[in-house]
Amino acid sequence: MALRKFGRLSLISRIGKRDFSIASTSEGLIEKADSKSINLFTAVNQALHIALETDSRSYVFGEDVSFGGVFRCTTGLAERFGKKRVFNTPLCEQGIVGFAIGLAAMGNRAIAEIQFADYIFPAFDQIVNEAAKFRYRSGNQFNCGGLTIRAPYGAVGHGGHYHSQSPEAFFCHVPGIKVVIPRSPQQAKGLLLSSIRDPNPVVFFEPKWLYRLAVEEVPEDDYMLPLSEAEVIREGSDITLVGWGAQLSVMEQACIEAEKDGISCELIDLKTLIPWDKETVVASVRKTGRLLVSHEAPITAGFGAEISASIIERCFLQLEAPVARVCGLDTPFPLVFEPFYMPTKNKRMISFPKGSVLRTKVHPHLAISPPLPAEMPPLFLPPKNKKVVGTKLGFS
Amino acid sequence: MAHLISKSRRLLEKRILFSAILDGRSKVSSVFQSRMIPAAGFCGGKLEAGDTILVGPRGGRFKSIKSGEQVQFFPSSSSSDEDDHHDDDITEGLDFPGGRVTFTPQKSFISESSAKRVPCYRVLDDDGYIIRGSEIEQVSKEVAVKMYTGMVTIQTMDNIFYEAQRQGRISFYLTSSGEEAIGIASAAALMPDDVVLPQYREPGVLLWRGFTLQEFANQCFGNKQDYGKGRQMPIHYGSKKHNYMTISSPIATQLPQAAGAAYSLKMDKKEACVVAYTGDGGTSEGDFHAALNFAAVMEVPVVFICRNNGWAISTPTTEQFRSDGIVVRGQAYGIRSIRVDGNDALAVYGAISTARKMAISEKKPILVEALTYRVGHHSTSDDSTKYRTVNEIEHWKTARSPIARYRKWVQRNGWWSDEAESQLRGDIRKQVLQAIQLADRTEKPPLEQLFTDVYEDFPSNLREQEKSLRETIRRHPQDYPPDVPV
Ligand SMILES: Cc1ncc(C[n+]2csc(CCOP(=O)(O)OP(=O)(O)O)c2C)c(N)n1
Ligand SMILES: [Mg+2]
Repeated sequence: MALRKFGRLSLISRIGKRDFSIASTSEGLIEKADSKSINLFTAVNQALHIALETDSRSYVFGEDVSFGGVFRCTTGLAERFGKKRVFNTPLCEQGIVGFAIGLAAMGNRAIAEIQFADYIFPAFDQIVNEAAKFRYRSGNQFNCGGLTIRAPYGAVGHGGHYHSQSPEAFFCHVPGIKVVIPRSPQQAKGLLLSSIRDPNPVVFFEPKWLYRLAVEEVPEDDYMLPLSEAEVIREGSDITLVGWGAQLSVMEQACIEAEKDGISCELIDLKTLIPWDKETVVASVRKTGRLLVSHEAPITAGFGAEISASIIERCFLQLEAPVARVCGLDTPFPLVFEPFYMPTKNKRMISFPKGSVLRTKVHPHLAISPPLPAEMPPLFLPPKNKKVVGTKLGFS
Repeated sequence: MAHLISKSRRLLEKRILFSAILDGRSKVSSVFQSRMIPAAGFCGGKLEAGDTILVGPRGGRFKSIKSGEQVQFFPSSSSSDEDDHHDDDITEGLDFPGGRVTFTPQKSFISESSAKRVPCYRVLDDDGYIIRGSEIEQVSKEVAVKMYTGMVTIQTMDNIFYEAQRQGRISFYLTSSGEEAIGIASAAALMPDDVVLPQYREPGVLLWRGFTLQEFANQCFGNKQDYGKGRQMPIHYGSKKHNYMTISSPIATQLPQAAGAAYSLKMDKKEACVVAYTGDGGTSEGDFHAALNFAAVMEVPVVFICRNNGWAISTPTTEQFRSDGIVVRGQAYGIRSIRVDGNDALAVYGAISTARKMAISEKKPILVEALTYRVGHHSTSDDSTKYRTVNEIEHWKTARSPIARYRKWVQRNGWWSDEAESQLRGDIRKQVLQAIQLADRTEKPPLEQLFTDVYEDFPSNLREQEKSLRETIRRHPQDYPPDVPV
């Protein structure tokens, strides 16, 4: 229910006033277009239909893609576009991505599916050493910009080690690829079409928890949402929250709870992790003076660390508290302990020393590895002139 | 080596020239051209030792000249004049790493497939009669009956656990339906010291080794008795005392590990081997290639058992590979291999017994392809009628049932009866239900086990995170499942 609500909420800020690089419809059309309430896997499916329809040199393939895929994202594609353009591959991720790179290098749009993000690692070499450097190493003679790798990622409630991981940070360490993660059906369709049509290789992680759960009005026609543009999906003045994918609905709940306590939260969906929209986050933090980043992946060396460092570099003087990260634990993703592992709305930042704000100002590096505090101090001071009751959000 | 390289290179250059002349064209024929692509890189000077091994013998197949009849084209090793030909090499062949390679004037390509498919070793016919002339490994009554009860146990456990998942009591399940003979009979042919690296559809091996129904249930329920401490999804069994390494979901990763484990057995001079299982889908992964090649090169006692059950989730083997199954891959790696009827428990038993002996006594890998069929859905997340016909499933479930066929043989030996059958099925059903009830009642592992075993020791980041988590739980106990003791 909360997710549905979240979905509708995002609709308010839908599409936005932006120029699409290769948009086939204008914003006006989108506004007028018929839209239906659909879930996230159906939105992905619509995007793939459109991609195959609008470009005869586009292909969709991967393990079990022919019959519709294990998450039903590719349903109906093989029937509609034929086995030559939509097909099963052998069970080999390095093969899937290598094949896709070659296909893309010949001027095609190769839309490759990796069945689970947890199984993308056999393809790591192809992505990191090949796809990401194809253009650069050839002096731009060759590129595999038509490559898009789709993979379901993240927690699902019962996935254990190998059906739950969020490996986005590994790929954010690789110049030359883009990493995109949608938060809702409408976002999924528009961002996937942009990713497919973007002239760079893109790794597109789909929050599998939301495949069925997130339902939202989605325009039926062809539209794209810009990459590398974050979106403020909720405005606030006391603290900025940044996240992506499935985590946003959890953060949204946290914002709503905080509101009750008189804390005004600004929530930002980063959408594209690399290259990311620093400006939007910086502008927000300059306004609120506080930042909390959240992701499901383990906290250590997650992409939250990069955001935190960047914001400290740019907003040091405006920060009123250390940047907080509410993330997955530094353990493999566990089955029975999943609810304990996850960054929930009530989870608070791991730990900060008393007075770290002050010390940070003198020695910035101290904020990176603070000593273990004996007591958990308030992470966020209550907004000035406001009496705050309760500690629901953990930033009492 | 340098001599060899330059010689091979000149040989190849010559050959290109020659073929062009024979073709009566100034351009190289397209077939030829495609075969010569490796040579181009080779001539370009980017040569590593490994490359020569490929180029030499491969080049040797392109000749269409009979010795003596036509112009000789082998450059003399002592002369730089390339028109000065000798025919010694044609008669003697080429000394090449790996042994002498003879030359042939026939431009014959090795066919992509042999005229006949590799036959399948089988002992019991469809009616459970021993096929005349079969090479049989003798099985005692005790072992024979234990194999039968094992298969029935797995079948019964599968049915009930599958239902338990349907009722929401466990989160996931996956059956061995139709493949019971492979797990049980291969395990019966092994010794307890043999180290098993499973894929995931081989619980029969564990059962054979004494893993109890309660232990299976504990893992599936992820309770505090689960050796994996509730961390992995159901069916990811593992048991140190049964020499059965813990299952991991990523396909084929266990295969190169098996080669490494087998190397250890060899170094320790153990009378044991490693047995690694994979599915037909698993053979497409790069790890399968790595495993076979490493095992062959390192000369290790490992038996690779591939359950070719026709499907990898929805992908039929026709979309998985174009070779004659898995068995033919062995030879390409220098590995002895056999194809066996995976639904014939006696044949599996016989093939694995021999494979094991060869692997251990000769310190060599053996590849076994067992032909079978995945009768169940891939897992509880799958509905296989979406991609295959019910008739196909029914045929394998009934006419080709490994359990029914084997029972006929056991019963005909006078080792089994209808009464024993109903007694057994009733007993096992009861035991499985009891195991499930107990597993369900047993509490979950304590919270601290979320943090242990990440490392052997307990680093400060985890200590910090555990402390912080406990504080959050104290403040918001309603956020957390009540069945995990904190
Ligand atoms: C590296 C990797 N890629 C994809 C998957 C998803 N997956 C799980 S089982 C499976 C099919 C395996 O087929 P096969 O090896 O034939 O074994 P079977 O299920 O038939 O026993 C796939 C694709 C996985 N577990 N690991
Ligand atoms: Mg299979």
